[in-house]
Amino acid sequence: VDESQFPKGDFRAPVPVLTAGHSYRSITDQLTGIVLTKHSPLAWYFIIAIAFTLLSGLGVALSWLLLKGIGIWGNNVPVGWAFDIINFVWWIGIGHAGTLISAILLLFKQDWRTSINRSAEAMTLFAVACAAIFPVIHTGRPWLAAYWLFPYPNVMGLWPNFRSPLIWDVFAVSTYASVSLIFWYTGLVPDLATFRDKAEHPLLKKVYGVLALGWRGSARHWFRYEKAFLILAGLSTPLVLSVHTVVSFDFASAVIPGWHATIFPPYFVAGAVYAGFAMVLTLAIPLRAMYGLKDFITMRHIENMAKVMLVTGLVVVYGYACEAFFGWYSGNGYERFMLKNRILTGPYHKFYWVLLLCNFIVPQLMWSKKLRNNIMVVFTVCMFVNVGMWLERFVIIVTSLANDFMPSSWEMYHPTIWDFSTFFGTVGLFVTLMFLFVRVLPMIAIFEMKVLLPGSNPTSTHDGGSHP
Amino acid sequence: MSQPDAATPFYGMMAEFETAQALLSATEKTTAAGYTKTDAFSPFPIHGLFDALRIREKKVAPIILTFGLIGLAAGAGLEYWTQVIAYPMNIAGRPHWAWVAYIPPAFETTILFAAFSAVIGMFALNGLPQPYHPVFNVPQFARASQDRFFLLVEATDPKFDAEGTKAFLASLNPKEVVHVDH
Repeated sequence: VDESQFPKGDFRAPVPVLTAGHSYRSITDQLTGIVLTKHSPLAWYFIIAIAFTLLSGLGVALSWLLLKGIGIWGNNVPVGWAFDIINFVWWIGIGHAGTLISAILLLFKQDWRTSINRSAEAMTLFAVACAAIFPVIHTGRPWLAAYWLFPYPNVMGLWPNFRSPLIWDVFAVSTYASVSLIFWYTGLVPDLATFRDKAEHPLLKKVYGVLALGWRGSARHWFRYEKAFLILAGLSTPLVLSVHTVVSFDFASAVIPGWHATIFPPYFVAGAVYAGFAMVLTLAIPLRAMYGLKDFITMRHIENMAKVMLVTGLVVVYGYACEAFFGWYSGNGYERFMLKNRILTGPYHKFYWVLLLCNFIVPQLMWSKKLRNNIMVVFTVCMFVNVGMWLERFVIIVTSLANDFMPSSWEMYHPTIWDFSTFFGTVGLFVTLMFLFVRVLPMIAIFEMKVLLPGSNPTSTHDGGSHP
Repeated sequence: MSQPDAATPFYGMMAEFETAQALLSATEKTTAAGYTKTDAFSPFPIHGLFDALRIREKKVAPIILTFGLIGLAAGAGLEYWTQVIAYPMNIAGRPHWAWVAYIPPAFETTILFAAFSAVIGMFALNGLPQPYHPVFNVPQFARASQDRFFLLVEATDPKFDAEGTKAFLASLNPKEVVHVDH
């Protein structure tokens, strides 16, 4: 944005992405200082204690699951998919914002992505880790999961059926997890070199030194690094779109009323970005306050993310409208019944209205610039979206399965304490991993922040030979 | 840490600068003076340096393309072999080679191979991981990853001579010029 076009004090003038007055030194010192210290904010201990307690609950829930089998869950016939797939889709969706911020916004040259991309990428990894737990444990015998999921030569000579979206999911999610990991690590290497050079404790120096691979900031290395990084971003962009598309195929290719819809792939991708941005904000707002990062994560970031959330939220609402229209317009009795059941008369119809409140009504507050600039309001809206996106998957999955074609096979679904403890356990795992990450690695890309400083893009002074 | 058997008495000569602009100007002058075995070090990428050092390499993209195509062939080949040759199954009367349904896994393997080749290829071309490099013998070089900028002329450069190069680097207004031991 050319800021000179705005008169001084103009309300349209954007807040800078990096507060003025910083130097290479101050950026390095502040961002490495968060990690290379013996002190953590009190809130860090408080939150990680809660998260670790939930994580321990996950340990108990999973141990009991392995002992007893999936009968401890509320799943039944016909609701054979419930919390396991709801949570899987919810977590995978959350992961999408990280890749969107680091890859798509990089290709669009959005410099405001710089201060949030690293933590958003970490969030992606941890969300995918939480998601991956569910398909593995829902088999009941996770030690056999490899046999069911991966194509490897086994003694029975059997192979997975590649015509099934469930195997597409295995490929999409495992590729997504692996590529997100190397993307994140590649971005970290130059910062790990900074840590190697900044750390004083010999052991820390060694550990960061090994992880930095001997990075020395040579121009030749930067040249290849930037090329590879840009292509990696270009590869990650279709990848991230493919992941939730494939997840939506799990539903869309089934004949269940309410699932069998062509709108699912784009609608799921929009929902994923929506949920993901809500979660990035949910994490960024407290971290920014805890570590005093207001110079780096400015109101510009909060506002921009709130705007992305608003727009993707409206796309999701358009998806709800399409679903309803397709159901009615199909003229199919089962589809029309499903709609009525989902929205008006069914046993779970109240969840649909809470979902609309969370995903449609409340986020409209983000139209107001004043409210977008109020941290507490933005945080509250994000919490609504987090809940709303979970409810969306609940509504799609449970309502359609509980009341399908034949009333004689209808059954209510009630989650058990093990469903809840597994779900909140993964929330604990997510927050624990996130807080350990900010403790040991730079949560803001240090070298990328330096590029934002004036003087970081010197111009050629040489008369001949070089290009502008 | 000097090695008596090395061809040169020390690895090279290094000048330290305080700004990116100073490093870029100095690099351009060094290249113009005819030095070829030079390198510039900075805490973040500086685009002008690529031209100033005459970096023309085009290896990263072809590597990624090649491995992407290998990934595509691997994914499609796995699907063909398992579904058509090794254990053909009639599932709802669909053809064994139902290629439309095989697009998503083959797409994912394409991305997987390409992405890994991008990262591994880039680090391999850079010669990383590299546990030891002479530039780290310069104590000030710890700031190359923080807030300082360095220009290196290697002793193996045909134009290199200890006194002349030192004087030349000193004429570029550096903060300091130092020897880099092997």
